[in-house]
Amino acid sequence: MPNSRQNSGTRRRLPASGPGQSNARASIRSERLAAPGPSARPGGGRTVVEFRSVSLRYPSGDKGLDQATFSVERGEFVFLIGSTGSGKSTVMRTLIKELEPTSGTISVAGRDLSEISRAKVPYYRRNIGMVFQDFKLLPNRTVYDNVAYALQVTGHSRREIRAKVPDILRLTGLSLKLHNYPDQLSGGEQQRVSIARAFVNHPPLLLADEPTGNLDPDTSIDIMRLLYRINRTGTTVLVASHDHAMVNRMRRRVLELSGGRIVRDEATGLYVRDESTREFAQRLRNPPQAPESL
Amino acid sequence: MKLGFFLKEAFRAMRRNAAPSFAALAAIAVTMVVVGVFIPIVQATQGSANGVRNQVEVDVYMKTSATRAEENRVRGELLGISGVKRVVFESKAQAFAQESKSDPAAYALLSSNPLPDTFHVIPANPANALAIRSAILGHHGKLLDPAIQNVSNHTSDTKKVLEVTKLVTITAALLAVLLILASVLLVGNTIRLSLYARRREVEVMKLVGATDWFIRWPFVIEGVLVGAIGSLIALIILGVMKVALLDPLAGNWSLLHAPQTIPFLWLVVILIGAGIGVSALGSGLSLRRFLRV
Ligand SMILES: Nc1ncnc2c1ncn2[C@@H]1O[C@H](COP(=O)(O)OP(=O)(O)O)[C@@H](O)[C@H]1O
Ligand SMILES: [Mg+2]
Repeated sequence: MPNSRQNSGTRRRLPASGPGQSNARASIRSERLAAPGPSARPGGGRTVVEFRSVSLRYPSGDKGLDQATFSVERGEFVFLIGSTGSGKSTVMRTLIKELEPTSGTISVAGRDLSEISRAKVPYYRRNIGMVFQDFKLLPNRTVYDNVAYALQVTGHSRREIRAKVPDILRLTGLSLKLHNYPDQLSGGEQQRVSIARAFVNHPPLLLADEPTGNLDPDTSIDIMRLLYRINRTGTTVLVASHDHAMVNRMRRRVLELSGGRIVRDEATGLYVRDESTREFAQRLRNPPQAPESL
Repeated sequence: MKLGFFLKEAFRAMRRNAAPSFAALAAIAVTMVVVGVFIPIVQATQGSANGVRNQVEVDVYMKTSATRAEENRVRGELLGISGVKRVVFESKAQAFAQESKSDPAAYALLSSNPLPDTFHVIPANPANALAIRSAILGHHGKLLDPAIQNVSNHTSDTKKVLEVTKLVTITAALLAVLLILASVLLVGNTIRLSLYARRREVEVMKLVGATDWFIRWPFVIEGVLVGAIGSLIALIILGVMKVALLDPLAGNWSLLHAPQTIPFLWLVVILIGAGIGVSALGSGLSLRRFLRV
């Protein structure tokens, strides 16, 4: 591609192969520049998430994180992988200030999380969309009300809510399930509701902790596609997963954890820049034999 | 606008979590019925105990020869004794009229009035009666005033009355404390259970960025509603009990000098207030544990 650029200013390693080899290989940053959204705004730091030597020991003595250092730039789509117990959820939970690190510093959008007081935590969390493996929907509310709750919390008026919720439900393909309760939905649909709720406030950062952990492969692809679509609007997305096959097919940046340590930080395979979400899903379903086939 | 939202939230919670809300409602209703029955009973017991205690007095009989001046002096001296609330004079004529009313036949036989002029000395506190009596009797058989003939001797009766009424008061107070403790524990535990069933919901609300009070208000309002409805049910039960059981008996009871009890209206106010207070406070406080996410 003509305007593809080498990603600068990140500590990430690019794929081992040299630059001129394929035009399909490009940095995520250039993809971000192509997408509209908050990332296109001038000013403000580029680094959304920064972990500096973060260690966390649970009260039980278990090691959650061990000197983890990494950063995520605005607009990136990053996978956090590692086997069960490697610390992926711990990273997510420290990011929403559910847990405090034992040592090291975590910054989000340049703000040191340890400086946010307990009373201010709810306001901080409104800037982060969170998606969970077990969906965490409110069982007593319909699809519509579950999504609306995230807006009610932030003090949106009823009119704004009536304008925004149908929009986001259309984006997530739930327009026909508005009045269903969570227990009347399939797993994939529930996860869509949870994504709609996480994204309805258009947070600059979206965290997903094993969002496809409870879903079948086809549904998983749909969910990944939805997350990718959200990423294309300019939202930084961090997804924890232990499904290596899926992650390899996605060809995004991958951070690997093991025993609470970051053991790998690289872009897997060949990056595909600026592909549409349909092409993206197509590729996930049918992994190409060779990059040229795209 | 916010209040409307919180109210709607509270109603939604009660509708969709009917079982725990119903348990809390039942706990409050039952507790309030018990309290509602207990308050008038304690009141009645206290009332009769106080009635008996207030009859404790020291009677001072004057010599038949006592003059008006001497009587006035004695009255002054009696009022000077510490712990005396009131001194009531009863002339021999009044005493005679009073006594002959209760036993006309016996008094008709008497040719002259054998009764002396009497001072009824009423203590401020019935417990002082014995001290007042010994003050009038003086030391070494030397009476307070030479014009006094004699002092009534109900020492053992007075002691018994004082002991019994004290026991009744202590028992009633102890039962009241136990009952209040039991009801607070019952209501508090029921609310805790109903909140425990919804702790996941609270957790999710916190993760979406709701502030503590944004989460708490619907629970407190729900507590108020459950408390109000529970007390109302209790009041209906109490009202039926009063009309069906108490009022027919009241005719018989008046023979036994019907004790003064709390007016029903006050009972209503106290029960609804207590029901709402315990329930709302219980909800608000119990939630604290689940808000720490
Ligand atoms: N609440 C907890 N109390 C104690 N230890 C925990 C707790 N949560 C996680 N851990 C431990 O921390 C480590 C990392 O866990 P976690 O971040 O949940 O891993 P992952 O999400 O990658 O499966 C594991 O060794 C796990 O046993
Ligand atoms: Mg996990």
